[in-house]
Formats: sequence, structure tokens, C-alpha cells
Amino acid sequence: MRNKYSLGGILLYVVSTVFVSYLSFKKIVSPSTWNALFWIILLFASINAIAKSFLSETRGKLLYLYTIVSPEAVILSKIIYNSLLLSILSALCLLVYSVFVGSLVQDFPLFLLTLFLGSCGFSSLLTMVSAIASKTSNNFTLMAILSFPIMIPLLMVLIKLSKNAIDGLEHWDLNFLLILVFINTIIVALSYLLFRYLWRD
Amino acid sequence: MNSNKILPVENERQLSPSEKKGLATYWWKILSIVLLLFTIIAGFLFPVPAQPILHETIRNLYFHVPMWFSMMTILFVSVWHSIKHLSQSNIESDIVASQAAHTGMLVGFLGLITGSLWARYTWGAWWVADTKLNGAAITMLIYLAYFVLRGSIDEEQKRARIAAVYNIFAFVMLIVFLLILPRMNDSLHPGNGGNPGFNKYDLDSTMRVVFYPAVAGWILLTVWIFTLRVRLEKLKRKILFND
Repeated sequence: MRNKYSLGGILLYVVSTVFVSYLSFKKIVSPSTWNALFWIILLFASINAIAKSFLSETRGKLLYLYTIVSPEAVILSKIIYNSLLLSILSALCLLVYSVFVGSLVQDFPLFLLTLFLGSCGFSSLLTMVSAIASKTSNNFTLMAILSFPIMIPLLMVLIKLSKNAIDGLEHWDLNFLLILVFINTIIVALSYLLFRYLWRD
Repeated sequence: MNSNKILPVENERQLSPSEKKGLATYWWKILSIVLLLFTIIAGFLFPVPAQPILHETIRNLYFHVPMWFSMMTILFVSVWHSIKHLSQSNIESDIVASQAAHTGMLVGFLGLITGSLWARYTWGAWWVADTKLNGAAITMLIYLAYFVLRGSIDEEQKRARIAAVYNIFAFVMLIVFLLILPRMNDSLHPGNGGNPGFNKYDLDSTMRVVFYPAVAGWILLTVWIFTLRVRLEKLKRKILFND
């Protein structure tokens, strides 16, 4: 996705979604609503951002990549690129969201850490699902259908952790952080192992 | 039996291996029927411990819980064959994997129905916000997505490969989810969130006598349905390619 317009499109998507939720909610006082809305916005933004990573690749470019590098290199580089993209996107989302809707976060380091780990997890999972969906005929619909059920475990841990960050608990819940890192590792490892079977056509 | 005596020796020799094979392959189907008959009769007639809220609905244990055991067994078979397909590119493994997933959905659906009925009479609602129910719902969603994915690819080899990749990916995520789930919230189910498990006193020796055969019987029945589905699918393919 080395395309200025699509990058700009995603940024605009985040800003306008946040603005729409600002207009409909005005001010949010309940931490759980704030949290849920934030992650839902981020979820849809990341699906839109990462769906492009395989769906909009031309056949010729994939064939070109196929001849020069290994499938493992392709998936890992896509995951790394998407993680960076999504980290920036989520930081921006947080900024815009805090400006419009207001910030309730008390423990900022934990929230940012959760956001970063979440971005990495989302991007690696969605990159793989995008690779699967790109092989089908109606791929944009399938992208959502395939990714939602398997994203739920990740999302639940993220919501739990960010809720802790919002409430500003005294001790960091290391258990959940470890689970998050563990899930990310598993997703990346599975993508690394399985991508070669999607690759050859 | 009588005809065997009259027939010449060659014929008898031809018959006996097939008969032997028959017994060797069919014993578990007979066992399944026997176990399930026992489950149904004993499940409704044997005495059960009298518990305050559960009362007689405790008998649902013999039907509801084995469904989930069967579902996990058959879904594991499905994933196993998906892995096999990726390593050997054998179209038969793909048929087996998809039919196992279909059977898993069937048992899972039965598990949901029996659970829903049970919930209505003990917790007071058809569906409650409970972690295990969420887990079941997500399992359903994942495998329905798997079927949609299969439906949207026409080319057979490609469909087999991509469905196998998704099956493995989704199953691992599901297992992770089922592992972390108990840490997230309490459950209304026995053995979670401070509720006493059935092991503690409910599932006393009178219930064990029925429960273990029930689990074995339902798993065997599931495997039986699954093998029938695989045979049917293979026959369909045979007809398709001959015509």
C-alpha cells in the first residue's frame, strides 16, 4: 500500500468516524462505553486499512514477488509494515478521540502499551486473513466474516487491559500483558508457517 | 449359516474374511447403540441426587455435556485432516476435514439446544451472558465462516488448501480463546466462578455409571455420522466424475 491516497483515506476514515461518534454521543462519562467505542472504531479502521494489504495487490506484482523472495519474507515484511501503520493509526485515533470525545485514561503508559500490542496483534491477524480472503471471489465481505470470530479473543484481552488503564489500577496486571504477548506470538508463528500454502497458486 | 455348510469350500473361504472384517469394523457401531440405549434408559430411570435448583434437570448432564465432548473430538479430527491435507495435498483429506466440521456443527447445535433448555429451567432464560455460551457462539461463527469461505472458492484444489489454512488458523485461535476465557469472567456453569463442580458432590457414583458410557456413546455416534457423511460425499464425487 505505497499509496498516498489510500493512506490519507484511512486517516480521514478514522477522523470522520470519531467525529460522527462525537456528534452522536456528545460527551461520554462512562469508562466502559468510552472504552468499547474506542476499540470498535479502531477495529473497523484497522480492518479497512489492512484489507488492502493483499486485496488490492495486482496479480503481476504478486507474481513478481513470488519470483524474487520467499513467502516467509513476504508475510513477515507485510506484518511489520502493517504493525507500524496500525500503531500510527491507533495513536492518531486516540489523539482525535481524546480531543473530541474527551480522555478518561488515568494510566497512560499502560494504555499506550496496550494500544501498541493491540496494533501488532490486529495487523498480524488481519494480514493473514486478508491473504486468505484475497483468494476468494467476494473478498471484502469475506474479510469481515473471517476476521471477526477469530479476533474476539484478542479484542477481549485488549478491552480488559485498557479498562485497567482507564481505571488507573495501582498494579499492572502482568497476567493479561503476558497473554497478549502470547497471542501475538502465536498469530505471527501461525502466519509464518501457513502462509506458504496460500502463496503458491 | 446353513448355506455355508452346503456351499463348496472355496466359497466359504471367500466369505469368512469379509465376515471377519465386518465384525472388526462394525463392533464400535454396535457398542455405540448399546451405550446410547443404556444412556437413554438409565439416564431417565436411574436415581439421581436431589439438588435444590436442578431437581430432575440434572439428567440433562447425560445429553448436554457429551455433545461438547463430541464436538471438540470431531473438530480436532477436522483440523488434523486439514494439516494432513497441507502436507500431502490429498483431496480426500479435504473431504474428511469439511465433513468433520459439518458433523461438529451438528453436535454443537444440539449442545446449544440442550443447553438452552437447561438454562431456561435453571437460570431462568434461554440465553444468558456467560463465558461458556460466548465460547460456543464463537465456535459456531468460526465454522460458519469456514463454510462461507469454502462456498466462495470454485476451484477444488485451491478451495481445499485455503480452507485448510483457515481451519488450522481458526482452531488455534479458538483453543487460545477457550484457554484464556476462564481468566476473563466468572461463569454460571458448575465448576466455575465459585460454583461447585459436578465432581464435588453432584456427580456421585450413581451418575458416573451413566455419565461415562454416555460420553463414549455420543462420541461414537458422532464418529459414525461423520464416517457416513464422508462416504456419501465420496460417492457424490464418484457420480459427478463418471457422468
